[in-house]
Amino acid sequence: MSQYIARRLMLSVGVLFIISVAVFTAVRLQPGDVCKIVLATPDADEQQCRAIRDELGLDEPAAVQYLRYMGGLFVGDWGTGYISRRAVRDEITERIPLTIELTLLSTAFALAIAIPIGVISAVRQDGWLDYLLRLVTIGWLSIPGFWLGTMLVIFPAKWWGYSPPVGYTEFWHDPLKNLEQLYLPAFALGLGLSASLARVTRSAMLEVLRQDFVRTARAKGLNERLVVVRHGLKNAMIPVVTLFGLQFGVLLGGTVVLESIFALPGLGTLILGAVLSKDYPQVQGVVLFFAAVLVTINLLVDISYAWFDPRIRYA
Amino acid sequence: MASIAASEPALTFAPRRRSRARALVRTCRSKPIGVAAGAVCLLLVLIAIGADQLAPHAPDATKFPRMHAPSREYPLGTDNLFRDIYSRVLIGSRISLGIGFGSVAIGTLMGTLLGLVAGYFRGWPDMIVSRALDVILGFPPLVLALFILSIFKTDKGFSAASFMWMSFAIGLIITPTTARIVRGSVLGIRSLQYIEAAEAVGSAPSRIILRHVLPNVMAPIIVIASIQIGNAILAEAALSFIGVGISDDSHPSWGKMLQDTRAQWQAAWWLSVMPGAAISAAVLSFNLFGDALRDILDPRLRSS
Repeated sequence: MSQYIARRLMLSVGVLFIISVAVFTAVRLQPGDVCKIVLATPDADEQQCRAIRDELGLDEPAAVQYLRYMGGLFVGDWGTGYISRRAVRDEITERIPLTIELTLLSTAFALAIAIPIGVISAVRQDGWLDYLLRLVTIGWLSIPGFWLGTMLVIFPAKWWGYSPPVGYTEFWHDPLKNLEQLYLPAFALGLGLSASLARVTRSAMLEVLRQDFVRTARAKGLNERLVVVRHGLKNAMIPVVTLFGLQFGVLLGGTVVLESIFALPGLGTLILGAVLSKDYPQVQGVVLFFAAVLVTINLLVDISYAWFDPRIRYA
Repeated sequence: MASIAASEPALTFAPRRRSRARALVRTCRSKPIGVAAGAVCLLLVLIAIGADQLAPHAPDATKFPRMHAPSREYPLGTDNLFRDIYSRVLIGSRISLGIGFGSVAIGTLMGTLLGLVAGYFRGWPDMIVSRALDVILGFPPLVLALFILSIFKTDKGFSAASFMWMSFAIGLIITPTTARIVRGSVLGIRSLQYIEAAEAVGSAPSRIILRHVLPNVMAPIIVIASIQIGNAILAEAALSFIGVGISDDSHPSWGKMLQDTRAQWQAAWWLSVMPGAAISAAVLSFNLFGDALRDILDPRLRSS
């Protein structure tokens, strides 16, 4: 097991290294002159440009620039935004809590919606309730999250004059206000994810409920509810967890859209603003940060998968 | 001799063709939803092709009343920039479906190629392909598309280049799923006897892959491609909505239409509902069609 973890860990570090090189190279392939972006004027004079290129170290070989940047990452210097003129590290760390909270809340919504639906669908296989629930979940899959999110902002405001408080309050500061600001985007984000989770829960439950140990549990006269929940659901969770791990990136990507709709100052709005204003140090920083998070999650999912199901060979 | 050769195919193929047609009819009967969804998909494609003829007005004509409710004259209403929404939804199907299909084509092509190489050769090519896929999967999909578009799509309006970059960015997101499924299928086929036989008679790997492996993994490839079209349409809409898509008044997409009118949704419901319904209808019918296709062609993929 520990050997497997070590091997997986090394692969992840390798993948992160390739990602960092790819991102770094791609950013330097961007057409257009950096100094025009920095000075925000199309006709910057040559002298100013030279000063800026000198300051940013852009005249040095790419490999040297890369090593300097990577070295900086480890000592906490993640560069400075061209436009924002702020340390990228500060901007990212400021915005982490919001994005974490948003992803956690939408996960909670997704699971709370998906698991009951999946279980009911499986227990009532091929009944009218099953068909209805399957139809509803496939319908959810086709509703764009950004569309639902915007509708959730607009229509309660129009009909009942209700709108959640604008902006973002820290959880520790005022938990209720904080949750009121986040539950709508979290719901819009979680609903899309819940559709695929419900379908996997259903098919995993169907498979588990056919197994011998479930028949045994029923035969010894166990309450049906206990059979379904304790023997069925518990064993059906592995594929659900796996799918969740695979979908985590989709969830992170979704925060970009929903944070921008709800004007929440999270990592998503940071990268979107940076992309639109061509603030490449920021783009580079946030993209690398997202990749680091996702590669770590993928690693944890792989390890936990092997942990949950000992039959998986650690080869 | 000649007469036997001529009669033989007729003998063997005629009943088979009839049973195949019967099988098709039987499938259609057992999958009424899938067939209906397929018909809607076909209709949408035809609309996209004939949009110029079908649309009563030019998509960028601004000679109409502002935010007029749906009426006989303006079936889906007009928007806040004095344009006819019906014409724009029709023309918008071109970009939305075009990029949907374009990205799935690119993603399927790259994924199939990588999956075939990894699954057939195994060893170090498999190792390299798997790491490359890990690199793509290391990015949140939408962030990867955003990143690529921000750097390479320099053209804001509609052009061949911006269309290609949109399709490539979304296609890249799709690639790992296709590649993994193709690789898995190829690994299953690789050890079968007829591949061994083909190797034994000295066929080149390229010939074996094209003639013997590829035809046998076509079913999962078609299935996964059809399932991904809906997601690709959603991705294009989301990217256009946050402002990194194709932004061109005479070439609207459904996502861009939603972005244009976003500030006015509260005042006029048709601004949000019409393009939103177009997106949902297209995604839903492609999803249902893909599901039915999967049940028919490759039931093993059902859990995915």
